[in-house]
Amino acid sequence: MKVFDDVGRGTTGFAEYAGGVATLFAESTSFICRLRIRLAETVAQAYFLGVQSVGIVLLTSLFTGMVITLESANQAKSYGASSLVGGAVAYVSSRELGPMLTAVVVAGRAGAAMAAELGSMVVTEQIEALEALGLSPVRMLVVPRLVAMVCTLPLLVILADIVSIFGGMYLAREAAGISYDSFLTSARQFSFFGDYLKGMVKAVFFGIIIVVIACYQGFGVRGGAAGVGKATTGAVVTAIILIFITNFFLSIVLYGTTGAQ
Amino acid sequence: MKLARIEGVTLRYGERVILQNCSLDIEEGAITCLIGLSGSGKSTILRLLNGLRQPDAGRVMVRGVDLSNLRDRQLIDFRRKIGFSFQFGALFDSLTVGDNVAMPLREHTKMSKSEIDRIVLETLDTVGLANARDQMPSQLSGGMVKRAGFARAVVSNPDLVLYDEPTTGLDPVITHVLTDTIKRLRKQLNGTAVVVSHDLESIYAMADYVAMLFEGAIIAYGTVAEVQQSANPIVQQFIQGSEVGPIPI
Ligand SMILES: Nc1ncnc2c1ncn2[C@@H]1O[C@H](COP(=O)(O)OP(=O)(O)OP(=O)(O)O)[C@@H](O)[C@H]1O
Ligand SMILES: [Mg+2]
Repeated sequence: MKVFDDVGRGTTGFAEYAGGVATLFAESTSFICRLRIRLAETVAQAYFLGVQSVGIVLLTSLFTGMVITLESANQAKSYGASSLVGGAVAYVSSRELGPMLTAVVVAGRAGAAMAAELGSMVVTEQIEALEALGLSPVRMLVVPRLVAMVCTLPLLVILADIVSIFGGMYLAREAAGISYDSFLTSARQFSFFGDYLKGMVKAVFFGIIIVVIACYQGFGVRGGAAGVGKATTGAVVTAIILIFITNFFLSIVLYGTTGAQ
Repeated sequence: MKLARIEGVTLRYGERVILQNCSLDIEEGAITCLIGLSGSGKSTILRLLNGLRQPDAGRVMVRGVDLSNLRDRQLIDFRRKIGFSFQFGALFDSLTVGDNVAMPLREHTKMSKSEIDRIVLETLDTVGLANARDQMPSQLSGGMVKRAGFARAVVSNPDLVLYDEPTTGLDPVITHVLTDTIKRLRKQLNGTAVVVSHDLESIYAMADYVAMLFEGAIIAYGTVAEVQQSANPIVQQFIQGSEVGPIPI
C-alpha cells in the first residue's frame, strides 16, 4: 500500500511518517464510521488487549498508589495534614498517573505485540495475500484493534485509579496510621467524578496513539526478522513519547493552565 | 482477445531497475507461462497484474482498465475476481488451513456455511490436503503450505488466476495433479491463467503461450513450439539448462 512506504530520515522522513500515520488513522475511522467493523475479531482483540492486560495494570497501579502514599503520608502527618493524603493519591491517580501509566504499560505490552504481529505478516506476505484476496488490511487488522483498544483502555484506567487508591489507602494505614475513613473522605474531597471521566477521555487518545503507531510501524516493516525487531522497538518508543506529549496538552485542555478545575 | 496488457513498464526498487520498458500481452482463456532467471522479476510481473505493485512508468491494463487509475478501494474490489497463488503460500498463520481456503468464499459470497465447507473440502481434496483441513499452517510442510495457497487462490473460481511457481519443490505426482488442475480450471470456466514456473516439463504440458523475461524485458513470446524453436541463444541456453552461452552466471 502506498501509505506504508518506508520510514525515512530527517524532515521529509518525519513529514512522511506523520502523513502516513494520519492517513492510516483516517482510513480506519472511515471504516468505523461506515460500521465496517468485524465483531468477532474485535472481541478477540478486546480480550487480548484489555482483559489480558489487567494483571500488569493492577500491579503497576497498586505499587504506584502505594509509593505516592509512602512519599506523602509521613510528611503530611508531621505537618498535621494527614487528611490530605487520600486526596493527593486520588487527585494524582485520576488525573495523571492512572491514564498515563496504564497507557505506557499497555503500549509496552500490546503495542509491541501488534507491531510484531503485523510486521511478521508483512514479511511472510500475509498482508499482500489479504490485498490479493480483495480485503483491506486496514479493515481486517487495524479497525478491530483500534475499536477494541478505545473501548478497553478507559476501563483499564478506571481499574488502575481504583486499585491505586486502595493500595494507597492500605499503605496509609500501615505506614502512617491514617484510617481508611479519613483517607477515603479526603479522596472524595479532592477528586471529582469529572476527573475520572477526563482520565478516560485521555485514555481514548492514548489508545488511538498506541494502535495507530503500532500498526503503522508493523505495516512498514522491511527486511525480515531484523525489520520486525526494529519496528517493534520503534512502535513502543514512539507511542510512549507521544503519550507523554499528548498527556501534557490534554491536561492543559481538560484541566486548564492553572491546574485547577 | 487480450485480457491484460503490460505496456512499456519500467519498475525500480530504489536504484535497481527490475523491469525496463517491459511489454506483455495476456490472452483471454489461455494459459501463459512466464519463465526467466531467478530474481529476474517474474513475481513482480504477477504483482503488477493485480495491482499489488505500481509501475514507475508505462501502464498495466486489465479488462480494459488502467490499474493506475483505480483508487485504493477500487483496486481492492478489482482483486476479488483474480486469484493469486503466492510463491511461498502466504497462508494466514492465525487460521486453520480450512479457514484459509474458505476466506474468499466467506468474505465475498453469500454462500451458506455448509456449502462453503463442501467446496473447501472439495478444493482441498484436489490438492491432496483434505486431511489437513483442521491443521494450522505452522504444522504443515513447505509443499503443503504451497498447495493450500493454491487451493485458496482457485476456490472461488476466479476467471483470472496468477500462479507464482505453483509446482516448484513439489513431488512429481502432485506436480502433475496441480498442472492438471490449472488446465481443468481454464477449460471449465474459460478462465485465464498466468503461471510463473521453472518446471519446463509441466510448462510444455499446459502452456498455450510462453514468455521469457530477461534483463527487465520479455525477449521471447509465442506458443511452446515457437519458443522451443527460438533462434535467440539466451532462450536456447535457458531451456536447455546449459552452462555455456550468453547468460551471465
Ligand atoms: N521488496 C523488495 N525490495 C527490494 N527489492 C526487491 C523487492 N522485491 C523484489 N526485489 C528485487 O526485485 C527483483 C525481482 O524480484 P522477483 O521476486 O520478481 O524475482 P523472481 O523472478 O520472481 O525470482 P524467483 O524466481 O527467485 O522467485 C529481485 O532481484 C529482487 O532482489
Ligand atoms: Mg518469484
